[in-house]
Amino acid sequence: MAKVLMKGNEAIGEAAIRAGCLNYFAYPITPQSEVAEYLSKRLPEVGGVFLQGESEVAVGYMIFGASGAGERVMTTSSSPGISLMSEAISYIAAAECPAVFVNIMRGGPGLGGILPSQGDYFQATKGGGHGDYHLMVLAPDGVQEAVEMTMQAFTLAEKYRNPVMILGDGMIGQMMEPVEFPDDLKTEPSNKDDWATNGMSTRKSKKPNLVKSLFLDSTELNQHNMNLKAKYEQMKKEDVQYELYNADGEYQILLASYGTMSRVCRTAIDMLKEEGIEAAMFRPKTLFPFPEKQVHDAAAKDSCKCVISIEMSMGQMVEDVQRCVMGKKPVEFYGECGGEIPSPEKIIEIVKELIG
Amino acid sequence: MGKAFSTPEALTDNYTHYCPGCTHGIVHRLVAEAIDELGIREKTVGIAPVGCAVLIYNYFDCDFQEAAHGRAPAMATGIKRVRPDLMVFTYQGDGDLASIGMGEIIHAANRGEKITVIFINNAIYGMTGGQMAPTTMPGQRATTAPAGRDTALTGMPIRMANLMSEIVTPGYVTRQAVLKPQMVNKCKKAIKKAFQYQMDNTCFSFVEVISTCPTNWGMTPVDALKWAEENMLPYYELGDYKTPEEA
Repeated sequence: MAKVLMKGNEAIGEAAIRAGCLNYFAYPITPQSEVAEYLSKRLPEVGGVFLQGESEVAVGYMIFGASGAGERVMTTSSSPGISLMSEAISYIAAAECPAVFVNIMRGGPGLGGILPSQGDYFQATKGGGHGDYHLMVLAPDGVQEAVEMTMQAFTLAEKYRNPVMILGDGMIGQMMEPVEFPDDLKTEPSNKDDWATNGMSTRKSKKPNLVKSLFLDSTELNQHNMNLKAKYEQMKKEDVQYELYNADGEYQILLASYGTMSRVCRTAIDMLKEEGIEAAMFRPKTLFPFPEKQVHDAAAKDSCKCVISIEMSMGQMVEDVQRCVMGKKPVEFYGECGGEIPSPEKIIEIVKELIG
Repeated sequence: MGKAFSTPEALTDNYTHYCPGCTHGIVHRLVAEAIDELGIREKTVGIAPVGCAVLIYNYFDCDFQEAAHGRAPAMATGIKRVRPDLMVFTYQGDGDLASIGMGEIIHAANRGEKITVIFINNAIYGMTGGQMAPTTMPGQRATTAPAGRDTALTGMPIRMANLMSEIVTPGYVTRQAVLKPQMVNKCKKAIKKAFQYQMDNTCFSFVEVISTCPTNWGMTPVDALKWAEENMLPYYELGDYKTPEEA
């Protein structure tokens, strides 16, 4: 298929349709409103459902209802909107329903700003809502990967019956890039009759299905949480995704970054190479499950003097990097989060300071 | 002689957890009878609220989803939009619907979602132990209004059916009660009509049911029925507030 030039937000909308997701509920918020605008036109053309909800709170439950009924469904929002949806996300994870949430991050906390940020790493990977649950979190580094990950998100959500989040940022949502769409996703989950409220009439068992998160009995609730944990462990075993850049040979320093920030790091690494300085990059594509062993091993390489996590935040992913490097090497941090993206020159300056 | 009384097919044989004298049991039965008579059980999805009826799915023999507090109409919207062939109803109390869920119910009604809402108004929070609700009567005692509801500080009770009738989008809005046998019969007809409107894809339907909570009102079941009739009905007038035919 030929490449087309598309804005990130619109490409994410189109990717959902090509993944067979014909149901979309959302509430407008900058910088992702183009997804809703695009799908409000596109979904009726393909016989799909588009609905603008009255709030992100309500949209979260529209998603819950639709996914509980066994249909493929997606919403998109940005940081403050995701906070409001986090109640529903906790319930959806607890009730084990598949759904796709896209967060095109903007600066926070509070209303923050509307420029790109990576300030929601903790929210996406460590919780957001209440209770012991995890989302699967995919972090694209551009429009092409946003498309691929959006399509893949539905398969993963259905594999684990767990919500999956695409964690992008305002840059990925707003910029235009050439993109090539993968083949349409034709598969459908085969086990809906086992759990979804899709109506008893067509169900062989003729038994009611119940989508719920309440377990008043302590033993049952504990067991439920153990079952959820087993799924998260399975994700760690089977679905970790990452990239190592310029890491085959010797390098003095390992940069850890993801999403938009990783593109700048890549440029900085290329520029450093021209000066004869070897730096490598570790880029998690899944923020949960985090590529624990991969960052540990990359940091442990003899030539590597230290690791630095570079983020558009005040230091969030760095905690996972520190945890995984286990004190083998010093782990430093650099971040900016007003909405400006650190430049390659800035990164080069910091790298040179660190490696002396 | 044939069998004169039996459990509706849409109800299970489980014992309920409701307090003695609680009117939830009556309304459950009315909903189940309506579902049976319309032959829609196998296409029905109920939405459980947060409140006394959170375990409603233990008593109904059809698909159910459990919402967070107040969010049932949004959840029902999600199901109905993606599966318009399913019959979707919510069953919510006054804390759930008229307090925390006010946004969701108003907007679901205003969009004209083809869902059915059963709204139990017993003027108090039941499950959490008798706190003041938006529907609590002036002067009525509650655990968070020990001297009685002070309307100067908390406003007057919200009349949901009246409020919903102001929505311009066509819909069926009625207020019924289950305090006397005649009222129960009328309520049954209204509930069935509400589901019928959904089956015909006509409009959003909303049935408010004036109910009792003997436990948290601190009354015997009989006194509770009498109290509701004397104190609630003059303020919460019964009848149809809006029908799609008027629109």
